[in-house]
Amino acid sequence: MISALSQNMVGCDACGLAQKASPSSRRLVCGRCGSHMHLRKPNSISRTWALVIAAYVLIIPANLMPVMATGSLFGTEKDTIFGGVEFLWNSNSQVLAIILFCASIVIPFSKLFCLTFLLISVQQRSSWRPKFRAKLYRLVEAVGRWSMIDVYVATMLTALVHFGDLMSIRAGAGAIAFAIVVVLTIFAAKSFDPRLIWDAAYSSISNDNLVKESHV
Amino acid sequence: MMLNPISTQSVIVCDQCDSLLQEAALEPGGKAVCASCDNVLYRSQPHGMLLSLVFSLTAAILFLISNAFPIVTISAQGLTNSTTLLDAVYRLISDGIPSIAMLVLVTTFLMPALEILTLIYLLLPLNFGRLPPGLSVAFRLVYLVRPWAMVEVFMMGLLVTITKLNAFASVSPDIGLGSFVLLMIFVTAAAANFDPHLFWKQVDLIRGRKASI
Repeated sequence: MISALSQNMVGCDACGLAQKASPSSRRLVCGRCGSHMHLRKPNSISRTWALVIAAYVLIIPANLMPVMATGSLFGTEKDTIFGGVEFLWNSNSQVLAIILFCASIVIPFSKLFCLTFLLISVQQRSSWRPKFRAKLYRLVEAVGRWSMIDVYVATMLTALVHFGDLMSIRAGAGAIAFAIVVVLTIFAAKSFDPRLIWDAAYSSISNDNLVKESHV
Repeated sequence: MMLNPISTQSVIVCDQCDSLLQEAALEPGGKAVCASCDNVLYRSQPHGMLLSLVFSLTAAILFLISNAFPIVTISAQGLTNSTTLLDAVYRLISDGIPSIAMLVLVTTFLMPALEILTLIYLLLPLNFGRLPPGLSVAFRLVYLVRPWAMVEVFMMGLLVTITKLNAFASVSPDIGLGSFVLLMIFVTAAAANFDPHLFWKQVDLIRGRKASI
């Protein structure tokens, strides 16, 4: 693989045009579509870490605090995210329960674990299966949006079920924490630069080769 | 610093792994994949720009219908209630949760609207061999907006909502629901057919034709 960086070139993220750029040039603007370009996203690793850690902190209240409070004549019932999944499972909608479980619990957690793994592997300058890690990153970036399901469910239930004292549903504090987690992880995935995976992988391969060559 | 496009248009860079690659012509329906990271770089969509325009125009009409009519009506113990998307946002604000209300408004209303409008703005003139003013700004807007337009996720949320409500109320779908399902399909189709590689190829073609006159 020949990287564009090594040839003093850069590709525009938005329109894909390859153009000349030297590492010393400060602000890079695409000559065709005017997007700001970066040889590598600025401060990618520390920015991503910051967002990931913030999401780790908020994912705890997001799962422990109620996302919905159902008030009725018989008192108030509070539901956490997992409670919502359980409710669907028990009301004979197992398929939807599984989808919701994946979207609201599996995706946010695995997204955070994957990003943590990618960050550490890049910082360790690992050369372990870069193609696998690149695909993992693209998966993480693509599925993140599906976590929003629970936010929409809380919204629509709040809007539809307001029959005064008889029965009304309100979104709870957990919903806010959860929504912030989703937004934070979307930003975290965006701020991570997948090109770093390849930079690290290839620099350690070329180091190995140098060592081998010097031995020969 | 403004950069000049390089003269050899045949070199492309993979945005995922920074590989320099030689561009190749594709057979119809084919896709170009990066040699080192398997990222899909561009697809061959012979009528992609026209299809994307048609889907965007349809989506624009569906967007208006989806938001003008209620989505579902529920009734329980003689009480009924129905809501449009904007009603739902308004209810969240009056319930004291403006943060989620804004998130919902942005991801299901503002961003999809912007995406559809910008695609029409770009593609309507393009299909008649013209370029709209502010072409590059509009193009960048599509890329900025796209990750935040979540109509398809909202649909899944509606499905879960209806299932939950079915447990204690009778739920009847309204025009808005069917319209949202179609909107989801057409927005996705419009986005899938808008290939930036092909788009800029056509723009360059039109610019070249103008320059030669």
